[in-house]
Amino acid sequence: MKAMILFMSVALMQVPCYAAGQGQEVDKIDHALNRITYGARPGDREKVKALGLQNFIDAQLAPSSIAESPVVLQQLADTADLRRSSKELISKFVELLKEQKALKRQNSALADAVQKQGADMQMASTLTGVQTFGAGKKAGGAAGGKYKNLVQAGAVETKLVRAIESPRQLNELMTDFWFNHFNISMSKGLDRVLVSAYEEQAIRPNVMGKFRSLLGSTMHHPAMMFYLDNAQNTKAGFAANNPKNKKKGINENYARELLELHTLGVDGGYTQKDIQELARVLTGWGMPPLRGNVPDAAAYWASFDPRRHDFGDKVVLGRTIKGTGAGEIEQVLDMIAVHPSTANRVGFKIAQFFVDDNPPKPLVDKLSATFQQSGGDIRSVLKTLFASTEFWDQKYTGNKFKSPLHFTVSTFRATGLKVEQPMLLVQFLKLQGQPVYACLTPDGYKYTKEAWLNPDGLMKRIDFATRLSIANRDLINYQNVLPAVNGGKLSEKTLTAINSAPPMQKVGALLGSPEFMRY
Amino acid sequence: MNRRDFLKAAFLSPIGMSLLANQSWAFSNGKEDPYAQKMIVILLRGGVDGLNVVVPYGDNRYREIRPTIGLSRSSGLLDLDGYWGLHPSLNSLLPYFKNNTAAFVHACGSPDATRSHFDAQDYMESGVPGRKSVTSGWMNRLVLQLPAKKSPLQAISLGPVLPRICSGQASFATIAKTASGGKGNRKFGRQGALATGSVPKVFSDMYGNLDGDLGRAYSEGLAARKQVSSIMQQAANEPTPVASVDAMTKEQIIANRGALTPKSSPEFGKQLATLFTRDPSIQVAFVDFGGWDTHVREGAETGQLANLLRPLSDGLADLIRGLGPMYNNTTIVVMSEFGRTARENGNGGTDHGHGNVMWMLGGGTPGGKVYGRWNGLADANLNEARDLPTTTDFRSVITNVLGNQMALSKQQILTVFPGFQSANPFVQV
Repeated sequence: MKAMILFMSVALMQVPCYAAGQGQEVDKIDHALNRITYGARPGDREKVKALGLQNFIDAQLAPSSIAESPVVLQQLADTADLRRSSKELISKFVELLKEQKALKRQNSALADAVQKQGADMQMASTLTGVQTFGAGKKAGGAAGGKYKNLVQAGAVETKLVRAIESPRQLNELMTDFWFNHFNISMSKGLDRVLVSAYEEQAIRPNVMGKFRSLLGSTMHHPAMMFYLDNAQNTKAGFAANNPKNKKKGINENYARELLELHTLGVDGGYTQKDIQELARVLTGWGMPPLRGNVPDAAAYWASFDPRRHDFGDKVVLGRTIKGTGAGEIEQVLDMIAVHPSTANRVGFKIAQFFVDDNPPKPLVDKLSATFQQSGGDIRSVLKTLFASTEFWDQKYTGNKFKSPLHFTVSTFRATGLKVEQPMLLVQFLKLQGQPVYACLTPDGYKYTKEAWLNPDGLMKRIDFATRLSIANRDLINYQNVLPAVNGGKLSEKTLTAINSAPPMQKVGALLGSPEFMRY
Repeated sequence: MNRRDFLKAAFLSPIGMSLLANQSWAFSNGKEDPYAQKMIVILLRGGVDGLNVVVPYGDNRYREIRPTIGLSRSSGLLDLDGYWGLHPSLNSLLPYFKNNTAAFVHACGSPDATRSHFDAQDYMESGVPGRKSVTSGWMNRLVLQLPAKKSPLQAISLGPVLPRICSGQASFATIAKTASGGKGNRKFGRQGALATGSVPKVFSDMYGNLDGDLGRAYSEGLAARKQVSSIMQQAANEPTPVASVDAMTKEQIIANRGALTPKSSPEFGKQLATLFTRDPSIQVAFVDFGGWDTHVREGAETGQLANLLRPLSDGLADLIRGLGPMYNNTTIVVMSEFGRTARENGNGGTDHGHGNVMWMLGGGTPGGKVYGRWNGLADANLNEARDLPTTTDFRSVITNVLGNQMALSKQQILTVFPGFQSANPFVQV
């Protein structure tokens, strides 16, 4: 398959012009590029035409069959440290904090200097929407600098570079989709250093695999344990040997979101009592041990502390879970992963993501049925989606409004510009209210127009489009960019406006046009 | 389409709707101005040390547990009522306490037990403590209850991004510089390529009179820009110097969630006053300041906290003076996600705690008093022998403002704070 794609990309220019009857096929290609990628790049239409639409879709559904971009591979090599085990990442973080505390203690003059640097670091950190840990814990000196690079230049850049450059576009879209479904935020404490590891270890391996695997890998990832406070979740009445131990009592946070957001949905048929019981099942699950040599799996994943676990029996969704320890949660996950409410919720969200903010019910039902019949196989659900009449219905073409991330990534794809200063994109996304990896709430970023269309946001997109294209006017060309904007199909009004604009403004106008806000 | 949206659409569809700043907004037909009621919320991110802001100096425990950071009358603490004192950096607000338009509610805050900045700010902004899945902010839900929008600036937020407290269905104008620019910014060209209030004509050709929500958003966004720009231009031509709209974002950014410290934006009061008086249909404003997380070397009458309180207080005094008669119909609330430990720590600072002091300023405030269900600083009366228990829910203070100042009905208040049973915040126990 890889070879074929390479061959096609050489041969694509020889593809003959299409006869009249093939116009619809061309429209379909534009639609597929809108929905299965972060937006077309110059030349993409021709490539898909040459490859054949179905072959293109099949390849996207099998991402490992597509050669990864060298730019992405380089970026991944440069930032490999970000995706180490949670144990290593947390230990490094703690070490840096200690170094910096020691530095501070040396003398107050030095401390002041450090604090100043800390302020600079914080200033930079605000660009990514990263919340600092507080004045007393400012990173400073060389340690802080390293840390800053590790988190910011690393995690966020890598995400943007992959979204813009990777030819495995559906894989990138699905990664974003599932990350938001199982959201964590680098605004919160340790998740600052765990976010890349979380995406790589818990999300990416399963974005088109079994839903049950995603559910398990997110549940077992320390970043999730920390984000939704299950690391605190301890059986009632637990008395720690260490009086400073703050882990006491039940914390329901994760249990609630596991049912409300990750699986059944708020009206999915569970009660407050189910949440309480599930919280008991989850007692004792927390962060990996930070000391000593531990086997790989233990360094990467959540640990189970039997002393803090409630070994009583529980009843979750009507089923008795015997108090046996670490295995209890697997029984619950097995049950909720294939629950009809989960199937329906996943079907709805995928239909909303790919088709319409208010997705047609017959489509949701079809996706939900495939989910159930396939035992929660995400690739099968996507196949059903791409084979559905709804996905290709004219009614649903060009009707979705881009999220800020989608908009930003698509400007770079449409122009073919390389990302040289990713922090500027990061800053723009923050101004748009969608800082990368920093959605505060566990429900993740939305993919609806209601969430993102607002007057100020639209003005800022227009500014962005204008500045980007004026600053890079030597590198981009209107005729090259045009086909990447909805296949060059623009309304009469937009075309007239662009035609009467000064040449230097044309690309900016294209990227700021109503057509380019939608996909 | 509900009534509100219909009116919004009707008002805003043509770009013009003559948004000249000079236009008189007053109602001449004798009807009450529906936009007269104003509310300004200031959030201090990081957890300000309320026990050093409004100080229980009448409690002997205070100096015992704060040997180095405690304030005293002899070193400048301002007396409020013989028991409570005010930090000397707040002296510009003392006259408003004396004229009974400033009040404080102590041991106030969120009922949620979290000591995480993240969660505590989140809850204070969503207005639904303990429920993380609430995505809209309570100020946004408040705007949905206000009279239909007439100005693009009915609700404003100062700062570069729309904070959680303002996010949701209703539109909030963020007043800050757009995108990025400036030196070394090759990819985006120089700042100023697009002056505030202007976008290339080609966009008006594309979006002007465009049907649907994109067209509407464009008209509304452009109108807001023009409004801010003309307000500021006009203000700049007058003798009193007024802060530029961008003033807040030009300075060093050093606080939680991108919030600036008040030191870096001492002009915020003048800026807000200018906006409010030039466009009297502005009803709601939000500003946040960071830098209050004083774990280390907090200081007492002078020092880190004092240096932050001074520009905040002076800015508020500027705001009050600038509002003029409008102050009578305005309530300014200052709050913070949590208070700090009663005892100072080993680093001359304080750590995360719970109850805190909430400030209220405005013509309608039952001022001149320090309120609160107060049990003193004895260990037995502290939360976990550590910090102030939260004895008044911050939402009780806010709902009081919503009811009395903003004239919301009980039903409307329940929309802003779902499921919340308010209690009288103005008690002295």
